[in-house]
Amino acid sequence: MTTVRSDGLKGRGIGRYGDRVFAALLLASGLSVLVILGAMVLRTTIDALPVFEYQGFFRFVFGPEWHAGFSRQEFTGTYGAWAFIYGTLFTSAIAVTFALPIALAVSLYINFYAPRRMRTPLSYVVEVLAAVPSVIFGLWGLLWFVPTILHPITRWVAETFGGVIPFLSAPVPNVNYFHAGFVLAIMILPIITAIAREIVATTPLDEMNAAYGLGATRWEVLRGVVLPRSFSGIVGATMLGLGRALGETIAVLMLVGGSQRFGGRLFFPGDTLASHIAATFQDAAPETLQALMGIGVVLFLVTMFVNVIARVIVWRFGRLGGEAL
Amino acid sequence: MTTQIKDLAPDQITSTGHRSLSVTQGNAPSRMRRDRRWKLVLMVLMAIASIPLILIAAEVIRRGAAVINMEFFTQAEPPPRREGGGYAAGFVGTFIMVTWASLMAVPIGILAAVYIVDYGKGLLSTVIRFFTDVMTGIPSVFVGLAVYALIIIGSDRRITFGALPGAIAIAIVMLPIVVRTSEEILKTVPDELRAGAFALGARRWQTTLKVVLPAAGPGLATGTMLAVARGAGETAPLILTAFGNINVITQLYNVAIGALTLQIYNGARQPFAAGIERAWGGALSLLVIVLVMTVLARWIGSRATVRASR
Amino acid sequence: MKRTKQMALLAVLALVLAACGGNDTASDTTVTTAASATTTTAAGTDDMAPLEGTIEGAGATFPNPVYQDWTFIYTSDVQPGVSINYQSIGSGGGIEQFLLQTVDWGTSERYLRDDALAEGRESRGCDALQWPVLFGAVVVAFGDDQFDDLILSGDVVADIFETRITNFNDPAIAALNPGRDLPDLEMTVVHRSDGSGTTSVFTTYLENDTATWTLGSGTEVQWPAGTIGGQGNEGVTAGIEQNPGGIGYINQAYALINDLPTAQIINSDGNPVKATLEATSEALEVLEVPESFQFDILGVGGGGYPITGAVWNFTWECGYEGNTAELLRDYWTWAVSSDEAIQAAIELGYAPLGASLRARVLEAIARTGSLD
Repeated sequence: MTTVRSDGLKGRGIGRYGDRVFAALLLASGLSVLVILGAMVLRTTIDALPVFEYQGFFRFVFGPEWHAGFSRQEFTGTYGAWAFIYGTLFTSAIAVTFALPIALAVSLYINFYAPRRMRTPLSYVVEVLAAVPSVIFGLWGLLWFVPTILHPITRWVAETFGGVIPFLSAPVPNVNYFHAGFVLAIMILPIITAIAREIVATTPLDEMNAAYGLGATRWEVLRGVVLPRSFSGIVGATMLGLGRALGETIAVLMLVGGSQRFGGRLFFPGDTLASHIAATFQDAAPETLQALMGIGVVLFLVTMFVNVIARVIVWRFGRLGGEAL
Repeated sequence: MTTQIKDLAPDQITSTGHRSLSVTQGNAPSRMRRDRRWKLVLMVLMAIASIPLILIAAEVIRRGAAVINMEFFTQAEPPPRREGGGYAAGFVGTFIMVTWASLMAVPIGILAAVYIVDYGKGLLSTVIRFFTDVMTGIPSVFVGLAVYALIIIGSDRRITFGALPGAIAIAIVMLPIVVRTSEEILKTVPDELRAGAFALGARRWQTTLKVVLPAAGPGLATGTMLAVARGAGETAPLILTAFGNINVITQLYNVAIGALTLQIYNGARQPFAAGIERAWGGALSLLVIVLVMTVLARWIGSRATVRASR
Repeated sequence: MKRTKQMALLAVLALVLAACGGNDTASDTTVTTAASATTTTAAGTDDMAPLEGTIEGAGATFPNPVYQDWTFIYTSDVQPGVSINYQSIGSGGGIEQFLLQTVDWGTSERYLRDDALAEGRESRGCDALQWPVLFGAVVVAFGDDQFDDLILSGDVVADIFETRITNFNDPAIAALNPGRDLPDLEMTVVHRSDGSGTTSVFTTYLENDTATWTLGSGTEVQWPAGTIGGQGNEGVTAGIEQNPGGIGYINQAYALINDLPTAQIINSDGNPVKATLEATSEALEVLEVPESFQFDILGVGGGGYPITGAVWNFTWECGYEGNTAELLRDYWTWAVSSDEAIQAAIELGYAPLGASLRARVLEAIARTGSLD
């Protein structure tokens, strides 16, 4: 004689708690993101507090002089991170200046001009760049791209215009703000392109068709309908790219100059927040280590600020950037 | 100021006696010209944008292919000025750390994505989603610094430089990528599947584990592969956690361990021809690993999405 | 070219050794015996059971070329079961990691001061040992071959590295090099971007032996605007080579391996001297090394090259686990006293320890882990 069992419906034993346990596990996993983020911020901030107290937060951020001490017990150096903050902003600005127009053009071309069959391959060619590791950009930039292509051009620019425009004046060492910024532009091109591409694709077809119906050319539709519609989204995409540029480390480290000074010239060798951490970490005495934590906190605050604003803007278009992240 | 039909040439008048559509007037020619001009500009910029990948791949292959042979994968690196040898230490180190990082980041990431898609509601879920997005933009060097502070200083140096802190740093870099991609995939799993499972009497956890996740399987593999590709290419956090080593190390902690990326970085910045050649070889290996994984992941991903949305 | 330089160096070394040996054969022999005795004890243990294990060190980039070579030779020919890992992270890092006890030995171009020794004693419970391993010159190197043997005084070097002199045709340089055709070429000054003992040796010389240096001395100083930084001796060498008008200071070994042109520096007796093994050795002849091995090399005259530094290793007297101390003793005894190790050092442009100093250093190495 057999009995009909209905374990699946009724539930006995541990199975009954399965749902609750599983839900708790899922919640814990979800929260882990917040916990990890919080722990990282808290810990670095605590470790950086002594240097903020020693220098004063304001003087740490805007102080022009960085002179690392090598004491194990107390602070003996001078820690003003402005040269690195300046370098970070300068190189990132160069990167965005070059990357944005091209990213925009690519997103418009792929969406509105390219033959349908070509769209995926074309977007691959740009977006697969996002997968190339930073160190390969650095190697390629330092040993091939800068010496064979970029440096001759920048030297020519400095010789030709440097006399008239102080911003472009010589000398042009092989590592400087511009060379780092230009390679950065290539590195952030894919993320801006990927998001801009999705943003412009959200333009309502009705509005575009209405413009076509009024006799607008394709360019006029882009200019008059698509771009105004996408403006804030493109700002968001740009800021995401900016966020990447601010935090890029290895490629910039290899190309920016490794000096502790800052200057107004485009071809000035400087340093950035991220690359200074990576360059001096292994050699740092305890007091310098705390100062590097301070740089880390400043870097986090800057990138976080840019990223949060960017995400808020981009979220309004729905959640984009699944491919390029 | 409109053109009269009688002013038009015969071939501009249609057989029905109307003006041909090909006739342009007023500012139309200049507008057409501008349209063509901008199309050309966009095409040129598109062409420029596709150059870097080709240049990078070409140079890395050209310089790297000469170096790669069996020895490159099985031998440790000799002093930079000596020729021969290889990046065995880097391959082993990267493999160990990425494996451990995946074991940490992938389960947590997928479960977090399930939470966001199927379980989470209201503000908390939104906050988690938002900060996952923000976390993708955190500089990896900051992650390295924080892991150094949390694990190495935090343990009072009982845990020092080695595979463990390196793997944790890579896991933190990978985590938001796994969450984001898994989330996109889970959203494409049709609700009918879930409803069907419930109708058969499955519990919620059974539905998730036995229906939703298997249905999303290939897509989840995509996310994992993208994250692994990213993790394998990280350099900056490893400088602060794994520390680098030219010997092959298999211990999991407290012995500084090498990584492919660290060896490339060290090889590239020194002036010895032999070391630089090996750096190119390392770059080619890394590029192949990363690109194959990325392209494969996208291919699987696009097929999975198509199937799930059918 | 590279080959010839090395051969020349070897020839010079032979001369130096011959000169030393000529008037002091007795002491030389005793030292050799002492050294070989120590080696024999070490070798005695190999014969019974080859050593196995791993030792880790970290520190200066200055000796990195020869340390890498030593490791390579030792682990392939002498003790294949031993794995040696040296991280060239910089001199500051060498002291730091050593005192934190994350490595088995530390290496630096700065000796440990008394406060660091006291701190080490407190944390480890016994003395930290320090002993010089080898000497090396810091050279001023150029990217352009035409500047080989350019004569520079300490003051001019200071002016160049503080960017008061920015062009190779500067009158101050022309005055030191009468009859030499100097081109109109802007200089690109390359310095270390990480903390480094090379910087320490270079700036200590500039601070003490020149009148115009204002940046102070240390492992990291704030270089003037417009100069570029490189990571390690490696990065600086690369920076010099990749820039027109590149000029920078590096360990002689890097200039030698890469065949870079270098300057002659005027020493305290007014003689322009090129950094050669002979000139470095001459600088060391007058050196009186105290019992503590804490010394600086300053005010070099005669035929000696003025910018010379030493490399110190640090080990502990106690607290090593397993056979770590035995491995350290065996390896460093080999590195300091065996012929092939000394030859590797010379080929790379370092000056090995003199005979009497070597005997004292071997004693210090033997004390490593002796209290365990």
